[in-house]
Formats: sequence, structure tokens, C-alpha cells
Amino acid sequence: MAGSTESSSHRLDRRLLIERLSSRWLQGAGYFAIALFALIVLALLYQSLPLLSEYSLVQALTSSNWDPAQNQFGFLPAIVGTIYVTALTMAMGTPIAILAAIYIAEYAEGRAKTLVSSFIDVLAAIPSVIFGLVALIVVVPVVGDYLAPAVGSSATGLGIFTVSLVMAIVVTPFMISLSVESLEALPDELRESSLGVGATKWETIRSVLLRAAGPGIFSAVLLGFGRVFGATIVPAMLIGGQTHLPSSPFATGQTLPTLIVNDFGELMSLPLTQSALIFVGLMLVVVVWLFNFTAMFVRRRLQRRWQY
Amino acid sequence: MTDAALTTDNLAVTYTGNRNVEALKGVSIEFPANQLTAIIGPSGCGKSTLLKSLNRLHEIQSNVEISGDVLLGEQSVYDTDEPVPELRRRIGYVPQTPTALPVSIYENVAYGLKIHGDYDSRAELDEQVEHYLRKVNLWSEVEDRLDAPGAELSTGQIQRLCLARSLAVEPEVLLCDEVTSALDPVSAETVEETLESLKDEYTIIMVTHSMDQAKRLADEVVFLYLGDCIETNDTRSFFENPQHERTAEFVSGHTVVGDDDDDESEPTATATTVEAGR
Repeated sequence: MAGSTESSSHRLDRRLLIERLSSRWLQGAGYFAIALFALIVLALLYQSLPLLSEYSLVQALTSSNWDPAQNQFGFLPAIVGTIYVTALTMAMGTPIAILAAIYIAEYAEGRAKTLVSSFIDVLAAIPSVIFGLVALIVVVPVVGDYLAPAVGSSATGLGIFTVSLVMAIVVTPFMISLSVESLEALPDELRESSLGVGATKWETIRSVLLRAAGPGIFSAVLLGFGRVFGATIVPAMLIGGQTHLPSSPFATGQTLPTLIVNDFGELMSLPLTQSALIFVGLMLVVVVWLFNFTAMFVRRRLQRRWQY
Repeated sequence: MTDAALTTDNLAVTYTGNRNVEALKGVSIEFPANQLTAIIGPSGCGKSTLLKSLNRLHEIQSNVEISGDVLLGEQSVYDTDEPVPELRRRIGYVPQTPTALPVSIYENVAYGLKIHGDYDSRAELDEQVEHYLRKVNLWSEVEDRLDAPGAELSTGQIQRLCLARSLAVEPEVLLCDEVTSALDPVSAETVEETLESLKDEYTIIMVTHSMDQAKRLADEVVFLYLGDCIETNDTRSFFENPQHERTAEFVSGHTVVGDDDDDESEPTATATTVEAGR
């Protein structure tokens, strides 16, 4: 009897020790993520200092003259290009994503539903470089030969619009999948409550389901936004790689990520240029971070306002 | 006995999923007007299925087959040119889980009114919202926070909000699916009091698995067992002088009564019960 009591108290001691260690260990893993982020920001910041000591921040951000050979580092063309591509992509992709998600979650049934949603999953799984390749063969000639002339622009087909169109195709499947998930996670009681007072299906979707799934759809759109903002390979293949302020949607241009990939290899030997490109990286990280931070607050507000 | 507000005519419902499950095997029941009828029976015997098929709410599920008919007064619910939303306005539904729509307390009650355009001015809408919130004894608890999200209320308050939302479109029949089962005893009592005060004005059909609740509230009782309607009678006769052996067993507690979270819309649950009964 005494022996068994002793062994069970030993057992308890051991369990409690593991409990204490595991919580420390998990806490450590959590803080490691924060440390990693801080490390990335600090490394980028440190490497950006050579540039920032020679040029004022305002000057670098507002000048449109990018000519590393002449030590001219104006980031405005790439900033405008990034905003242009992101805005155009989201304007094309978001409405399609939400409408398609509504169709799949609320209207499609049986075989049609399986077919459509499995194709969307396949689209989401295709590496974006494939989209870039196919776009070079198909989209670029169409835009260059037909679409741009039709609106009175002359263009090769490479440029802001082509990038936005292809990026919309790249990110829309993700936004659809996530939006469908948040619509399908809603309890049927919401649908029954609304239909039960005589609302039509569309009224139920518009006034009840889109709100209730709103925070989830908002996150889906943000995830799409983040992917477009940081997209590298598709813009690098299709934007034309010219660092000037784009004059029309069909003009060539540059985004912040393409500025890095296009210039890094050849200009690495110039220390100030390297510092300038690292500063571009710093901008990307800071903007994404600020954006996620704001999004968290917006999402919380939506969740409170549209709770069910 | 008063006229029937709602009648089912050999109503049968089959779930056609991986295998066919007969949830309702052709039931013919009359629900008298301006009375509260309780549908009782063990878990998985088709109570919720019956309730939802009365205003075609089961149609939001894809794998359901139905035969027979429901009559609202003289009018067929299934064989009709009347649009389904209009039918559902006339036959309201309150779900088992207290569910606030993702809008404010005010908008929850105004929801149906706005859809149907049943008001001429903002002042009239305000008046209507207050009227129905008073009717479910909720007004004094929410009058100073009508703009707060409906979901911030307690579950008992939300269930009364649901009643107000349903009543606001003035349905002829109100279907209530175990509306107190998710509530604590005090909130449940408040909701029961509200139903009690409403039953003279509306035809209420309520699913419950509490025989005590049926005794307290109901004028009529319908006893379902494995998809069949075993007995319908006025409450007193039903409990004091049951006509069928099955009813007598159920009333005296010999039949195993299901647990709290019974879910008749789940075909597998129904299937096991059906097989167990054979």
C-alpha cells in the first residue's frame, strides 16, 4: 500500500514537472516568432542605413528618378506601380471571388458543386509561374494586339493591366475557397430564421449571410491582397520592367518586389544600390505589418457589429 | 373543437442521402386555430422534420423527398402558385437555437417588416418594433440599447427577440422548435410565459421533448413515434386517458426518452431509431 502511494506521488511529481517544462517550451516557441520578425526588420533596417544616411526619406519616396548608375534612387515609380497593380487586381478579383463563393456555398448543388469547387482548388494549387508562362503566350498578345488598341493605347502587351489580370486569376481561387468556408460554417438557423419570416434566398444572403460571414470574407480578401502586394514572379515576367511612372493601365512599369528581383543580381556590386534594394524590402515588410495590424482591428469591429 | 388552421394530408418525408431514411411515414394531423399544439415524442422520431415540412423550410437541404400535402386553411402549401417566401411569411418559424440575425436589436425585429414593406414611415416602423418587443415582454430590457447587436443579449432574451421577429410579420401560424431547450430554467420560464400570452391570438405549433412543458402549455398534443403519428388529443385526455398503449408507455416514462440534443434532421440518428424499432 505504502509503495503504491509513493509511486503515485512520484508519478504526480513527474507529470507536474512535464507540465511546467512544456508550458515554458511552448512559450519559448511563441516568443521565437516575435524574435524572428524583429530580427528581419532590424537586419533590413541596418542594411538600409547607408542609403538613408545619404538621402532623405522624403526625397527617396517622392522622387521618380531611378537610375542606380547615377546614384539616383527614387522609389515613386515602383510604389505607384505596386499600388496600381494591387488596386486593379483587387477591383477585378474581389467581386468575382465573392459572387463565386456565394454561388458555390448557397446555390450550387450535387455534381455542379463538386465540379466547380474542385476546379477552384486545382487553380489555387497551380504554381504562379505557370500562370506567368501561359499569360506570356496567351494574355500578352491579346492585350497588346486587341485590348490596348481598342481603348486607344499602344502597348506590347506587357504591363500593369496584364499583371493585374493574371494576378486576379492567381488570387481569386484562394479568396473563393476561404469565403466559401466561412459561408458554409454559418449555422442553418441563420438561414431558417431569415427564410422563416418570408425573406427570399437572395435577401437572406444579402442581409444575413454576407454579414455573418463578413469577418471571414474580409480575411479572405485581405489574404488575397497580401499575396498581390508581395507577388514577385508574375509581375516580374509580365510588367515590362521599366522604372518610370506608368502613364496608363497598359503601360509598362515596376512594382516594389520586381524592383528587387530585376536589379539585385546585376547591381549588387554597387553598395548604395544594394542598400536601396534592401530598403525596398524593409518597406514591404513594414507595410504588410501595418496592414495586418489595421486589419486585425477592423476585423474585430466587424465581428462585434455583425455577431450572430 | 375549433377549425383547423393547418392540416397535414398523408405527409411523408424521406431523406435521400447515402441511403433512404423515412423520417415521416404519411401523417395526417389537424392543428386547431388559435391553440397551442405540442408535438412530443422520443428523439429522432420526426418532430423537427414535421415542423419544418409545414412551411417548406426543409427545402434548404438538398436530399429530401416529400409526398402528401399541407393545407393552410383551405390552401395547399405544396401544390400552389403562391411564392414560397409568402407562404413562410404566413407560417413563421422559430429555431431551436436562439439565433439573433447579425444586425441590431431594432433591426432584428424590423427585418421582416422592412422586407415586406409593411410600414409607411419611420415613426410607424419604430412603433411596430416597440409593439412586438412589448408583446414578448422584452421592451423594458432593451429599450435603451436598441442599436446594440442582437447577439449581445442573453440567450433567453435572444429567444424572445426571435419570437418578436417572427410575430412582426403577423404570421397565421407560428412554428416553434424546442424553443426552450437551449435555455436555463429561469429564461425558459419567461419564454413559456410569453408563449402562454400569445396562444389566444396565434396558432402555435411547438415541438418539445418535455412532457411537463406540454402539460403546462399545450391545448392539444400530437404524439409522434418513429415517423408515425400515434395519437392526437386534447392535453388533459392525452395525459390522463391515453388511447394507445404506446402513448401510455411514453406518458408513464417507459419509452426511452432521448437526450437534450436530439436532432431529427440528422438522417443517421433517425435510421438507428427506425431500425431499433423494428
